[in-house]
Amino acid sequence: MNRIKQKLQEDKKILSIYFTAGYPSLNDTVKIIQDLEKSGVDLIEIGLPFSDPLADGPTIQASSTAALKNGMTTTLLFEQLKDIRKTVSIPLILMGYFNPVLQYGVEAFCKKCEEIGIDGLILPDLPLDVYLAEYETIFKKHGLINVFLITPQTSDARINAIDEASEGFIYMVSSASTTGAKEGFGPEQSAYFERIASMDLKNPQIVGFGISNAQTFQQATSKAKGAIIGSAFIKHLTQNGVDGIDAFVGQIR
Amino acid sequence: MSYHADERGYYGEFGGAFIPEMLYPNCEELRQNYLKIMAEPSFQEEFHQLLKDYVGRPTPLYFAERLSKKYNTKIYLKREDLCHTGAHKVNNTIGQILMAKRLGKHRIIAETGAGQHGVATATVCALMGIECVVYMGEIDIARQAPNVARMKMLGAEVHPATSGSKTLKDATNEAIRDWINNPVDTHYIIGSVVGPHPYPDMVARFQSVISEEVKSQLLEKEGRENPDFVVACVGGGSNAAGAFYHFLDTPEVGIIAVEAAGKGIHSGESAATSALGKVGIIHGSKTLLMQTPDGQITEPYSISAGLDYPGVGPLHAHLYTSGRGEFISITDDEAMKAGLDLCKFEGIIPAIESSHALAIFKDRKFKENDVVVVNLSGRGDKDLQNYIDYFKL
Ligand SMILES: Cc1ncc(COP(=O)(O)O)c(C=O)c1O
Repeated sequence: MNRIKQKLQEDKKILSIYFTAGYPSLNDTVKIIQDLEKSGVDLIEIGLPFSDPLADGPTIQASSTAALKNGMTTTLLFEQLKDIRKTVSIPLILMGYFNPVLQYGVEAFCKKCEEIGIDGLILPDLPLDVYLAEYETIFKKHGLINVFLITPQTSDARINAIDEASEGFIYMVSSASTTGAKEGFGPEQSAYFERIASMDLKNPQIVGFGISNAQTFQQATSKAKGAIIGSAFIKHLTQNGVDGIDAFVGQIR
Repeated sequence: MSYHADERGYYGEFGGAFIPEMLYPNCEELRQNYLKIMAEPSFQEEFHQLLKDYVGRPTPLYFAERLSKKYNTKIYLKREDLCHTGAHKVNNTIGQILMAKRLGKHRIIAETGAGQHGVATATVCALMGIECVVYMGEIDIARQAPNVARMKMLGAEVHPATSGSKTLKDATNEAIRDWINNPVDTHYIIGSVVGPHPYPDMVARFQSVISEEVKSQLLEKEGRENPDFVVACVGGGSNAAGAFYHFLDTPEVGIIAVEAAGKGIHSGESAATSALGKVGIIHGSKTLLMQTPDGQITEPYSISAGLDYPGVGPLHAHLYTSGRGEFISITDDEAMKAGLDLCKFEGIIPAIESSHALAIFKDRKFKENDVVVVNLSGRGDKDLQNYIDYFKL
């Protein structure tokens, strides 16, 4: 069974961490993954850096720019990850923008992911209709779960369509924003969390954007299955390098 | 076969809406409403009234007699340089501000490279009394000071884009990020036939007034509606889309798109997207774009800031790959020389963007009786410093 699905069956709240591959240093990728697993994180999103990350705020943008400057490429990331399954068993997701995947070749990219032991993909700018029409069979053939996003502005009808097309979890963007733009949650988020919880979706939801500490993790997971931390972890890496990852994770839960 | 967008916003394999879910409601609202709103008689009336009284349309179709003699063919210039604010850009911003009002939006955002679209947007926002924020790359702010001042005088807030390469593509990213963060009250006035569906089609429709006028003006002057060729420069491709629009499905009319070769197509400093680009996704659209083998978008170069975009609208990608359009690239030097020629032969100082279109006559020969319409997309006032530096005036 796909590692993501297996993890989601556990009776616990999921903590997922995002980091940008190639940041802070080009060859930190494997160590960051290993340390995150050791620290008790449940799921890891490995960011494939892109020159024009539309959905990201300044923190993740800067990490992408730095990673590209360091020399990160799709081919190099696959090279770094080729033996990753010898040392970790945590579910791994690649997150990035669609253009680098398109240039690598969608089929070749998915095949490589399968060989390495990647469990899923998050490609925010690959739209639902295009995925279903052109790529779903390829993703499935290589055992990859495709994760879709929803936001507070997403209509019920569209959420239901996304739920139908999903088979792992739904990435619930906490507010209408880019990554790292807002911190903390207000009444608007509570209402949104409530609304989604009451929809009785077949897929569990994991909340992302705006989660940075124990309090926001708690709030986000009061209704949802889990939460994702991105910008806050990137900031930690900026300040501390790859040291103290266990301490960072320890203060979340 | 039609060269216009289909209802999903595709031109052949190009176009579509490759956007993160955060933008879906914004684009969907626009998609569901734009054709309906544009079809409303009150919209059409207000749009055309403003184009007439405020922009100064119709712009003349001018027979360039001395230039025609020089190149031994019949050259007509469509005088978009005479539009208010100095370029065709305002046709689109007038249309989009009326669209934004009908959608109940209270705040406008835009991106700009050289500042022409920024000025055209700031202008219509002042006209309507609507808040305006223009994103502009930090590097462009430094090299386009007069247009920054114009936007400020018109009441717009100019936000520097400090990410990535700090130029037009990054300003576009920042505008899109703003739209993600302000999905309800804000309308994004994109400046060319780029971006996710329905932008390429909507902007082309607003600019199509150019070829609509050409048809009736040519009928008057030549006794026929169709020229033999239409020529326009292509940055994102909006003036070209407008000039080609009503001729796209008329195969007798040759379509010539002119791109900026910069210092030469293979110099590494070029913006000739059709020659150098590969299929990919930029700013929500599947099109041809300049990128590394790894799929990172690269920074183009042209002496003309308005042609300095690493992609091209999906319509043009389709015209190129289908062979419907003839694509020519023109270097900085060729464009500057053609610009000066127009001054000397016709007494018109063109924008450097438009000079690229004028530069084709040196090598691309036409028959004596061919009617060739060149879209003179803008005037050269904004480029004076460039002309001064280049020609040591
Ligand atoms: C005078 C002029 N022509 C052409 C362009 C290029 O844009 P497009 O290709 O969308 O017409 C610009 C852009 O700033 C411009 O100012």
